[in-house]
Amino acid sequence: MTITQKILAAHAGKKSVSPGELINCKVDIVLGNDITTPPAIKAFENIGVTKVFNRNRIILVPDHFTPAKDMKSANQVKMMKEFAKKYKIANFYEVGCMGIEHALLPEEALTLPGDLIIGADSHTCTYGAMGAFATGVGSTDMAAAMATGEVWLKVPEQIRFELNGKLGRWTEAKDIILYIIGRIGVDGARYKTMEFCGEGVKNLSVEGRLTIANMAIEAGAKNGIFAPDNKVKSYLKNIKNPKRNISKANYTLESDRDARYEQIIAINVNEIEPQVSFPPLPSNAKPVSQAKDVKIDQAVIGSCTNGRIEDLRVAAKILKGKKAQSNVRLIILPATRATVKQAVKEGLVDIFIDAGAIVSTPTCGPCLGGHMGILGEGEKAIATTNRNFIGRMGHPKSEVYLSNVAVAAASAVLGRIGSPEEL
Amino acid sequence: MIKGKTWKFADNVDTDQIIPARYLNTSDPAELAKHVMEDADETFPSKVKAGDIIVGGENFGCGSSREHAPIAIKAAGVQAVIAKSFARIFYRNAINIGLPILESKGAAENINEGDEVEIELASGSIKNLKSAQTFKAAAFPEFMQELIKAGGLINYVKKKLSK
Repeated sequence: MTITQKILAAHAGKKSVSPGELINCKVDIVLGNDITTPPAIKAFENIGVTKVFNRNRIILVPDHFTPAKDMKSANQVKMMKEFAKKYKIANFYEVGCMGIEHALLPEEALTLPGDLIIGADSHTCTYGAMGAFATGVGSTDMAAAMATGEVWLKVPEQIRFELNGKLGRWTEAKDIILYIIGRIGVDGARYKTMEFCGEGVKNLSVEGRLTIANMAIEAGAKNGIFAPDNKVKSYLKNIKNPKRNISKANYTLESDRDARYEQIIAINVNEIEPQVSFPPLPSNAKPVSQAKDVKIDQAVIGSCTNGRIEDLRVAAKILKGKKAQSNVRLIILPATRATVKQAVKEGLVDIFIDAGAIVSTPTCGPCLGGHMGILGEGEKAIATTNRNFIGRMGHPKSEVYLSNVAVAAASAVLGRIGSPEEL
Repeated sequence: MIKGKTWKFADNVDTDQIIPARYLNTSDPAELAKHVMEDADETFPSKVKAGDIIVGGENFGCGSSREHAPIAIKAAGVQAVIAKSFARIFYRNAINIGLPILESKGAAENINEGDEVEIELASGSIKNLKSAQTFKAAAFPEFMQELIKAGGLINYVKKKLSK
């Protein structure tokens, strides 16, 4: 079996599982945000149970429209807060301690190797980087899981990506996943697992793996996954106040030698150039050298894909002593409270502000066209986010180009899409 | 038996097009229905009538997990969605909330916008009344049929917990 199948089998109480099989699984974590939790609460109350399955394993993070952008959004968070209080949910993250959910949970040691995690947010697949099975569901599935602690799942087919080599200068984990989506398409892994392995994976940081697993959904995948290794172990060990018992996690998970894959795709990481995904699909990935004619009005650095401290360090490296073009809005959104604190401590925020950027409170904000940087008609943005769909960041006639952090920062300075090499 | 007029959409219609995030500060179905498919076709909310049927291409409903997408479609009075294929979270959500969906490449390719279509959900049979062609949608696994029969996941869970 593969890692994914082993985790599914363990949570279904079975010795083995095979692709296509429908199974009922116990969940370790159920997650919801300020958009998806309100309908889940209504559905939960409709079930009529008096308590949740486990108050320590439900995580509610208002992050999409927070700090509340308008009265209706405020009411959605209020509803979550009241629900958390009523059912004594241990992990409710109000502004001040919150972060973008998929950056926050690993930082808090809430997602561990071997876990089965469902979240009412499509980017829940991010936690595959920790060696967990994690997948996005809707609000009704979230409600049912809060009541029963269970979810029904179809065992997915497996695709294995063997990454070889090391990333080149100014190339990031983001480029690997944009390149892969460009190769296989936005439905290239529909309903399937994307398992990442090989030397190229060992060279990646846990943060980089989080970026890759995060975008598995953009190829239609059910989950993305990496075998947990020593890097994951020391990442968790370094967490000051872990919310869960990290010593109990399964760090030895790996796919069997005779595990069956529907497809095996080998990729030489060192051959990948920084990528830019043209609107309106993440699969429209091209080398940055082919994007140099695109003038931009805005550059966004942040999101659950690329808003971690490692990302901000890359941005600071590019922006130090430079200025964003005066007609470009450069918006930097550290993904969590801890990231904000660290960025201040390391002097990164100073560098950003001196470069003409503005630094925002943690929020999904502009990534989904919520607030904090909405595009007007005809405007173009380069963004380190994960989707460039029609109207994703604002006006239906605006455009979003996806890239890594270095390219987004360099583009802000150039006033058009370009590579750090041009600075 | 479902009978209705069809509206056609392209491949990869994402849930941001079905219901843009700017309307997600509410989950009120009637409110969401006012903006259904707005970023795919801004005139759609004013054109769609109760009883109509949506026909999509490949990977219908990709992207965000927002259940607001199938809710908006259902609340606009759309009786069913036929597509060449569905993105997995949209597929789950549609079944969970009781929006009938049918996966059929043949039907999606051979129905033109405005054609009247007759659907028999139990058998998955789709008939284009204009061309008199009949298609068969992929059958639901037994467990999902149970979910559909119970009227969605919440009713299914209720029943299970009361046992």
